[in-house]
Amino acid sequence: MTRTGIVAWNTFREAVRDRVLYNLVFFALLMMATAVLVGQISIGIDSIVIVSLGLSAVSVIGLLMAVFIGVGLVYKEMDKRTLYALLAKPIRRWEFLLGKFAGLLLTLTVNTAAMAVGLFLTLFYVNRALHSADLVVLTAVYFILLKLAIIVALALLFSCFTTPFLSICFTAGIYVTGLFVKDIRSFSDITGNPALDRVAVWFSYLLPNFQNFDVMGAAAHGRAIPGAIVAQNTLYAAVYCAIVLAAAAVIFSRRNLK
Amino acid sequence: MPALAIETLGLTKDFPVGFWLAKKRRALEGLSVQVEAGEIFGLLGPNGAGKSTAIKLLMGLIFPTAGTARILGRPISDVRMHGDIGFLPEQPYFYDYLTAAELLDYFARFHDLTSADRRERIANMLKKVGLDGAGKIQLRKYSKGMLQRVGLAQAILHDPQVVILDEPMSGLDPIGRREVRDIILDLRRGGRTILFSTHILSDAEMLCDRVGVLVGGKLRGVGSPDQLVGMKVSGMEVLFELAADPPAAASLLLAKAIRTGDRYRLEVPVAELYKTLDALRAEGAQILSVTQIKGTLEDYFLDLVGADRAQPAAVEVSSR
Amino acid sequence: MRSRKSIAVLLLLILPLGFSAVWRLQHQIDRQLDRAEEENDDVLLRSGKLVRVLSLEYGTFLADVYWTRAVQYFGLKRFRQAMSMDMLWPLLDLSTTLDPHLLVAYRFGCFFLAEPTPQGAGQPNLAVMFVQRGIAANPEYWRLYQDLGFLYYWELRDYQKASEAFLEGSRHPDALDWMKVMAAKIAGEGRSRETSMFLWRQIYESTKDDTIRKNAFNHVQLIKAESDMEQLDEILFEFEQEHTRLPDGFGELIRLGLLPGRPLDPAGYPYALSTLGKVEFDPKSPLAITTKKR
Repeated sequence: MTRTGIVAWNTFREAVRDRVLYNLVFFALLMMATAVLVGQISIGIDSIVIVSLGLSAVSVIGLLMAVFIGVGLVYKEMDKRTLYALLAKPIRRWEFLLGKFAGLLLTLTVNTAAMAVGLFLTLFYVNRALHSADLVVLTAVYFILLKLAIIVALALLFSCFTTPFLSICFTAGIYVTGLFVKDIRSFSDITGNPALDRVAVWFSYLLPNFQNFDVMGAAAHGRAIPGAIVAQNTLYAAVYCAIVLAAAAVIFSRRNLK
Repeated sequence: MPALAIETLGLTKDFPVGFWLAKKRRALEGLSVQVEAGEIFGLLGPNGAGKSTAIKLLMGLIFPTAGTARILGRPISDVRMHGDIGFLPEQPYFYDYLTAAELLDYFARFHDLTSADRRERIANMLKKVGLDGAGKIQLRKYSKGMLQRVGLAQAILHDPQVVILDEPMSGLDPIGRREVRDIILDLRRGGRTILFSTHILSDAEMLCDRVGVLVGGKLRGVGSPDQLVGMKVSGMEVLFELAADPPAAASLLLAKAIRTGDRYRLEVPVAELYKTLDALRAEGAQILSVTQIKGTLEDYFLDLVGADRAQPAAVEVSSR
Repeated sequence: MRSRKSIAVLLLLILPLGFSAVWRLQHQIDRQLDRAEEENDDVLLRSGKLVRVLSLEYGTFLADVYWTRAVQYFGLKRFRQAMSMDMLWPLLDLSTTLDPHLLVAYRFGCFFLAEPTPQGAGQPNLAVMFVQRGIAANPEYWRLYQDLGFLYYWELRDYQKASEAFLEGSRHPDALDWMKVMAAKIAGEGRSRETSMFLWRQIYESTKDDTIRKNAFNHVQLIKAESDMEQLDEILFEFEQEHTRLPDGFGELIRLGLLPGRPLDPAGYPYALSTLGKVEFDPKSPLAITTKKR
């Protein structure tokens, strides 16, 4: 486990040195602009606009980072052959993979936490106070992070056996499909063949359901989110990541490096 | 420590080729080699002969199609033994956002060294490979030769029992080659086992206790450089000078000699050496040196490659 | 080699275990979310203008997305026979604000809006306003006048406005001739079975949407049945005049030569005669089912 940690820390260091965290400047500018403008374009829904826009930005920035860095995590090391010297150390391939995952997740956590702080600062600036209802925003940020963990795991899985471009396509494809899983299930008539429809619905459970993590509406309107959902979503993300990472580990452990 | 540091048995590797990866190309066929503890073993062969394939198999970077291998008595799939192995990949490349010292520290962490120990070893190692001024520069600014030195440093930083080096001299200037040679010899003096690959014969001749010659994925011969080319002395070379220019009607002996400047070079069979020396003295020649003429590893090597090239479709595709 | 094999065994364990856990968790989460979001089908940004600003150059694409969501929303609510379709209008509004030339949204959207619940949102006046907005943005497209006229004629029963709409549309160079005929006919006689039949036929023939097609087909059949029933009522009336009693059934009328055979409704089911002498649909006929629902 310590070996995983060493890789994770180096992955984080790489992201920092590659100036990945500069995106925070963009987020800060966006929040400042929103804070200044929100009072002028709407009356009475300042918080709603700030929260929904802020959370959207947190989600989009996180997704871009998760996908674009995620698909390069392993591929870049194979492509540039930096992996050769590393794998000659007493480290197992799955430990390396897990370390890469943890490293990007750490990067995303730091990044997302910083954005959350910015979001709360903006809220405070506009409302001159923070309310207990604003705590829901924290839950929403946490759910975004859970979602990103699954995305990173998927990106990592694909990058173990295909090119970055295809990995991006697959990951983005699953993400978009994952946003509509519920719709797939609620339309009982998909193919017209009842047996096939059954299979389609079962199949839809293989996809990650990203709708689980979408509580932006509730957060924007300050509605509380039951603790059970927080626990279940956490468990869901953990189990899903475990499945995907296990598959990635198996593929990667059998892979011949070029 | 077992007597055998590295042992391979019928190590074979096929690579899929073609768009559908349906065809197979055999990069290495039935490699069986034993490297004894404490020796320097050279894997010698032209580009694409399967040297890198063999080394990657040993390091577990790729997996054998058939055959097995053991390092220090443990199967190669057991990464725990990597603690006792140092590895320098071919044309190494490292995280370019790190400095040399950071990279070495990163790798050293996998070997359970204390932080004080790491710091000391890294400082010494950078000095040893000639990078003591460059430890705080990011690797993206390093030249190819400097990267090679960093690669060597990370391979031996943790003082491994077995050191495996893939083309350790490539990308280095003559001084660098000399330094690497010294490091390798130094390692052997410390009782380490070294396996390295090269396509440069003089390196192998100069360093290796034994060499294995790989051509077209097959091992064509194993032995000491002397054994491989044979101890047979094919003749003697005599270098001499004459006090004055030879007369127009020179002796038959002088006519056979090749003149460069004031010096003459003459090749004679071993049996005729003393007779020739007497004759030369009679002519008033001053003998400069007498040396044996031996077959070189290069001759042996070229013979093998030539024979292999004569067979159709053997080493056409370069290894991946 | 051994470690590679054992990791494969591990995967064989993890996959089924993991996905069965996912399955169970998902059901729990669904239950929780359903409870939490009962009042939550919300369009985060209801202002079309704001969405248009935020959508950058992808407005047209986003319009398609919103339109698709509108169709799904409508289909789902209709399927569930939900009494309220509050979200239909915002979705239609959004898609046509993002892309004012999304004709399909106006054409079908106005039907979805106008039809009484549970078939539609039951907002015919909103539908009229919506089509008028479509006409303003797409004056060259005469079919929207047809839709406008139809809404006035069928849903609002405002025959003067209906006639005006058809007349307005008929002035368009591409408009088919019957538009003018409709304008005159509705102006002259208001609602008539012939006109209704013709208009529904037009809708049936000019649409590609299955729901609307089925609906139009139903209406055409109902109108046919209406005329059938009228004729049958007349025959029954004649019989009653003559015999001062009701017939035992259609069989007696056939025996007397008043009917050529057993009368069938347009869906192919035999008409029934109630004990009170009323002509009715067979309870199994799809027409009976739709009329009951309406």
